[in-house]
Amino acid sequence: MQEIINIFVKSIFIDNMVFAYFLGMCSYLAVSKTVNTSVGLGIAVIFVLGITVPVDYLLNEYLLADGALVWLDPSFADVDLSFLSFIMFIAVIASMVQLVEMIIEKFSPALYSSLGIFLPLIAVNCAILGGSLFMQEREYQSIAEATSFGLGSGVGWFIAIVGIAAIREKIRYSNVPAPLRGLGITFIITGLMGMAFMMFMGIQL
Amino acid sequence: MSSEKKEREPLFSLKNRKLITAPLGRDNPITVQVLGICSALAVTAKLEPAFVMAISVMAVMGIGNVVIAALRNTIPPRIRIIVQLVVIAALVILVDQVLKAFAYDVSKQLSVFVGLIITNCIIMGRFEAFAMANKVWPSFLDGIGNAWGYGWILIVVAFFRELLGSGTLWGYQLIPNAWYIDNGGFYANNGMMILPPMALITVGVIIWVQRYRTKELIEEN
Repeated sequence: MQEIINIFVKSIFIDNMVFAYFLGMCSYLAVSKTVNTSVGLGIAVIFVLGITVPVDYLLNEYLLADGALVWLDPSFADVDLSFLSFIMFIAVIASMVQLVEMIIEKFSPALYSSLGIFLPLIAVNCAILGGSLFMQEREYQSIAEATSFGLGSGVGWFIAIVGIAAIREKIRYSNVPAPLRGLGITFIITGLMGMAFMMFMGIQL
Repeated sequence: MSSEKKEREPLFSLKNRKLITAPLGRDNPITVQVLGICSALAVTAKLEPAFVMAISVMAVMGIGNVVIAALRNTIPPRIRIIVQLVVIAALVILVDQVLKAFAYDVSKQLSVFVGLIITNCIIMGRFEAFAMANKVWPSFLDGIGNAWGYGWILIVVAFFRELLGSGTLWGYQLIPNAWYIDNGGFYANNGMMILPPMALITVGVIIWVQRYRTKELIEEN
């Protein structure tokens, strides 16, 4: 249990998707103009990461990893399908996003209309595929650990995008040098936020 | 019935040359179109992985644009995203296997970022914006041009980060050993440059310089 909480906290603060690995930067820069929309996108990302990482974990464990097909027949012990993982993961993500979209539309039309275009766009957000690939690389031991990693990464991404959106709303009133306005200053602020997040690196978990 | 023969466009007409040169400057994928930022920042701590990444993206984009442009009239619009993802994923698997076979060390350094070429928005973006509506040869040039525009930003960022952060270029020591404080000199590497935040700030400064020189790119807040 303690291990699971450790992974959760670690993936939020120490291995933050945006500040430590720059994942999901495209939508992070494009959607962070106001706090409201960035909250919606952040929630959708938590949701999708929380579902796709455990599903991809099962897929990796029982289908793709070296010798994973043993449960089917002992003679498959040396079959290694891991080179197929990119295409399998992206297919899972695309179909999961579609599924989540249909479920939300059915059960919560209010949330659906507030998320709008962002839900389908999540399929090509690199934070989602990155979550699955990091899960595969770090070899988590159980599905509970994989789930807590997925949720934690989502929460970390949420914190990052809401933070930058709040700063961008305020910086509109400041006198930024003309060539830096818009994209340039956003990059530099993200860099400064990244430095602030680096203080968590010293925490031993 | 028209009797005069249709003039064939030369292979490198002005329009085609523009497809290659525009992404280097005022139509740059990273600093102007804001596509493909994630991988651009993550692999630039050293020059060598940045260079390998640029070449990989160029291969995937050139071939992918040709494939999509050749298929553009047969892909049903409703499922085009899935078709595009399958084409990209197949090409990226090829690149990944080639890197693992011939450049294993670099492939380990790039880790998940080779796989993340699949969701690199620069590739999907160019498929949607260009290859779906143009012939094979211009699409190929557009792919190469944009990949090169992406690549040179990567190489510039990696150049400064490696030179100032480690005092090396491509693994070769450039700052003389006697200059370092440990050896009684006056110089120390700026360890900050290797850490992730400085990649963002370096790209921010590049954007600053570019927009200072081309005024029409300046944004309204």
